[in-house]
Amino acid sequence: MKRIFFVVVLALSITACGERIKPDDETTGDNSNVSASDGATSGGINGGAGIGGTALEGGMLVSYEKNAINDPNNVLSGKIVYFDFDSNTVGDDYVELVKHHGKYLSFNAGASVRLEGHADERGTREYNVALAEKRAQAVKQLMLYEGAGNDQISIVSYGEEKPVAFGHDDESMSLNRRVEVVYQ
Amino acid sequence: MIKNIIIGLFCLGFSSMAQAVLKIDITEGFEGALPIAVIPFQWHGSEKVVNGDVSAIVVSDLARSGKFSPVAEKDLIARPQKLEDVHYKTWRIAGMDHIVIGDVTKQPDGTYQVQFRLIDILKAKQVLGYSFSATDKTLRAVAHQMSDYIFTHITGLPGAFSTRIAYVTVQRDKKGSASRLQVSDTDGYNPQTLLTSDEPIMSPAWSPDGAELAYVSFESGQAEIFTHNVLSGIRKSRAKFKGLNGAPAWSPDGKKLAITLSKDGNPDIYTLNLADNKTQRITNHWSIDTEAAWLADGKSIIYTSSRSGKPQLYLQSVSAGSKPERLTFEGGYNASASVSADGKYVAYVHGEGNIYRIAVLELKTKSSRILTDGPLDESPEYAPNNSMILFASQEKNQAVLAAVSVDGRQKQRLAFTDGEVREPSWAAKRH
Repeated sequence: MKRIFFVVVLALSITACGERIKPDDETTGDNSNVSASDGATSGGINGGAGIGGTALEGGMLVSYEKNAINDPNNVLSGKIVYFDFDSNTVGDDYVELVKHHGKYLSFNAGASVRLEGHADERGTREYNVALAEKRAQAVKQLMLYEGAGNDQISIVSYGEEKPVAFGHDDESMSLNRRVEVVYQ
Repeated sequence: MIKNIIIGLFCLGFSSMAQAVLKIDITEGFEGALPIAVIPFQWHGSEKVVNGDVSAIVVSDLARSGKFSPVAEKDLIARPQKLEDVHYKTWRIAGMDHIVIGDVTKQPDGTYQVQFRLIDILKAKQVLGYSFSATDKTLRAVAHQMSDYIFTHITGLPGAFSTRIAYVTVQRDKKGSASRLQVSDTDGYNPQTLLTSDEPIMSPAWSPDGAELAYVSFESGQAEIFTHNVLSGIRKSRAKFKGLNGAPAWSPDGKKLAITLSKDGNPDIYTLNLADNKTQRITNHWSIDTEAAWLADGKSIIYTSSRSGKPQLYLQSVSAGSKPERLTFEGGYNASASVSADGKYVAYVHGEGNIYRIAVLELKTKSSRILTDGPLDESPEYAPNNSMILFASQEKNQAVLAAVSVDGRQKQRLAFTDGEVREPSWAAKRH
């Protein structure tokens, strides 16, 4: 699997002004079959030292500092949300990832994202454009719940017009059913 | 971000023959087609023009229609050049209903005079005879015109060989992809590029008079609907609302587009009045409503909606407060309707499991029939003469255009020599 899934379960306690973040618990996994309960679990670390957040053993950093989106070790480096066929529901594996991006936006009022909706090649082109927009809307909704501002999020739906995998097999098609989070 | 966009001025002629050309192969079936013999035309005062072999073009047009089965040149039992040379009894015994004879004569001014006669063997007389003047550049157009006359005389249906088709091609390389909106003759010749973009181009649709195309372009970074006059090259932005701007479909009177917008929250169908660009909402549902197609009377549309959970076809009046009627019930995926010009049939994409095929629904009886084999057939469009359905298909990992006769018996492939080709649209008229 080329894909990397981030399965992150954590309860965040955010200190004053949201400048410092203390992840209490985090679970990460690195393959598609991981559910929230069977990933490697690291112990909760309180009182994260640096402004940039706290490194967790075997896992990702959680930080909403301005540059965090460019850090390959930060949970925010996961920028693709995958979907089931003909579904616009954000799956359990991606809810936390989307929430992290939503929180990042809420802490960084100057940041903005474009959500790019995509579909696999099955079905009709215009229906797929509509379906992929619904996917992007679902991602946006979750981000709004986390405090992101409406005007920080724009949406464009490409349907099946911009595939990243060109095979006609299940693997290729699952890679194409996605919403990409593009910071601008 | 700089986008590469080239808007083509459309000019007729053979100037762009060097471009990749659609190649059409008939792949299946002839059963039930009408026998006709087109005698190769003699050329007087000139060598045969390579791209203007009028009798061969007529043969190819009639064969592609699915309604005719022209005799192969090598199987012709006689080659009469004049009406008085036609031996009716011989042709009758050979089971031939009609033959076509004619010739091409080069004139002192460099033009050609093209004559043809359609002969009804049973009536033992000429039933059609025309003379045309043509140039090197218009020989093909004259041949398609002849095909239309012959087709209409025998079948009673309007001919559509001399109109145009539009389609989208995509070529990919390491740097990205180039989408092109192409227009060609109905046999794939004379391809002209109307628009080139490094962002997607979708859903070309001909205006009823064959003068304009409506389409979706992402060239500005979001979906935008344009109308584009193919002769003048002038185009107008018609819809660039927040969210979706898609699936344009011309009303039969050419005054409105039905389009899909999500500006009010969900993908819904609107009409856009072309005179003032004002929109009017037709559907209002939290699910997906898209892919509107007009019925011939201009009063109703058929569209795809996921309001039942899965995409299905619905019929609804475009007047205020109208209610939708569900048309399809079999299978989990029925979408992308194209209505026949006589308003009796609807071609659509029928998906079951992972197989997507083209099917036809008879509106009166609600009975449907699957015409193609899949597995990834899409974008069905009725040819204006109602005899064929063009669609896009996947063949050995290559995207091709294909056509199927409405009875499903004849299939043909319109292969593109380079890259992907998709979303065919066939003009009802040539402007």
